[in-house]
Amino acid sequence: MPTVNADMDIDRAWDLHPQVSVRPEPFGALLYHFGTRRLSFVKDLRLLAVLRALPHVPTARAACAQAGVGAAELPRFTAALTALARSSMVIERAAP
Amino acid sequence: MTSPALPAHSTRRLVDLFEYGLAAPICLTWELTYACNLSCVHCLSSSGRRDPRELSTSEAKAVIDELEAMQVFYVNIGGGEPTVRPDFWDLLDYATSHHVGVKFSTNGVRITPEAARRLARNDYVDVQISLDGATAEVNDAVRGAGSYATALRAMENLAAAGMKNFKLSVVCTRHNIPQMDAFKALADRYGAQLRLTRLRPSGRGADVWDDLRPAREQQRQLYDWLLAHGESVLTGDSFFHLSAYGQALPGLNLCGAGRVVCLVDPVGDVYACPFAIHDEFLAGNVRDPGGFTGVWRESALFRDLRSPQTGGACASCGFYDTCKGGCMAAKFFTGLPLDGPDPECVQGYGEDLLAERPADRAHLPRPSQDHSRRRPVDLPLPARRADLERPPVSDCAQDPLAGLRLARTPSPQHEKS
Repeated sequence: MPTVNADMDIDRAWDLHPQVSVRPEPFGALLYHFGTRRLSFVKDLRLLAVLRALPHVPTARAACAQAGVGAAELPRFTAALTALARSSMVIERAAP
Repeated sequence: MTSPALPAHSTRRLVDLFEYGLAAPICLTWELTYACNLSCVHCLSSSGRRDPRELSTSEAKAVIDELEAMQVFYVNIGGGEPTVRPDFWDLLDYATSHHVGVKFSTNGVRITPEAARRLARNDYVDVQISLDGATAEVNDAVRGAGSYATALRAMENLAAAGMKNFKLSVVCTRHNIPQMDAFKALADRYGAQLRLTRLRPSGRGADVWDDLRPAREQQRQLYDWLLAHGESVLTGDSFFHLSAYGQALPGLNLCGAGRVVCLVDPVGDVYACPFAIHDEFLAGNVRDPGGFTGVWRESALFRDLRSPQTGGACASCGFYDTCKGGCMAAKFFTGLPLDGPDPECVQGYGEDLLAERPADRAHLPRPSQDHSRRRPVDLPLPARRADLERPPVSDCAQDPLAGLRLARTPSPQHEKS
């Protein structure tokens, strides 16, 4: 388990939990975790793009870059990803 | 429901986005049958007898296929008592193997030890046991004799089978508001989570609403209790009208009818919400050519509900932004205007309107479905007059033998019983 207040390590490889489904919506997406039965809302299309990129790139930082997140915005996106990791929506995966 | 710490430029609140509706419901209630072993006095769906037009097993499976395609993550199954449908377990397995999680409400009648073990094995199933009193006395007055014992036995079975965190679901009434701590203790005893919902004047609930709804000071008591317990107690967003007391309660605090929620009834009719079984809120039927998807996406009613609310008579109230005018169904079935205050508006505006209504309730809309069991009418029969050995003969009797008394040869129907 990650420490509650620490940000996730965006230089490691991450992915959506295998029990999480993503449903596109006009405002972004709904995430549902079938294991924890928790629902989460992503109302930023770039955050959704980051999530979609996660399995295809070696690090979360690379996923952010691919989604067009600039250095200035990186802390905010890291915080959003950390929140998703804390609720097990996003989990670490073995590096490719 | 949670939202991750969002980038600061996404300033629109979720509730504002949801006003325009979603591509598919988040919270879909599906009542599988109108049949029920109980006849609770406040039943939202006026259940009792099965309807011959109820969806067949294959029609129900076709609905599940649609829900899977629309990515409806889970359905709330209810009734009636859903477990009395012979294909209930089959449909449960079908849904969960097609990525549609199931949470079902039951009075516990079929939750045997074996059923409980089966449920505990399935990660995609959650169970909600209905109980409206923390004591048999309070519960059975509303849900019927023996229903408290049935619910407790079901909870025992679920706990013994290792089912964690199932729900103990309570409709809040005048009689059980003082029992909130006892309900919480009961839920804790079985490793369950407490869920409280609002008594609505829907279905048979309309007949008892005046007598059972919490008193005004109890609303405040409930609000304080909910705030103190935070997200450990679920409410299904039932009490957002109480947010006008000050701090918003956990949840979306929005009427989701036709926007994020809807109801599919046992005959496939799709209504805007589970509390609004009336033609006025009927959007279509899953048997229509476009199926459930077509109804959700195209129905004129739902499109209408997805336009932002204006607030009407409430627009000038300082609390409108938190309570949004409250529950549409509660207004409708108490005869109040839909763009005005909730009948239980905490500012008291609803009470004022209720007081202006005519004394008799003939003007109120009635639900469009009533499957209540027909009970024998309990008319006192006049005692037979002691001086008559058989019924008196009407003056209009044409039979020439009418009234003829045959000594000692009574026909069977004339025998005294």
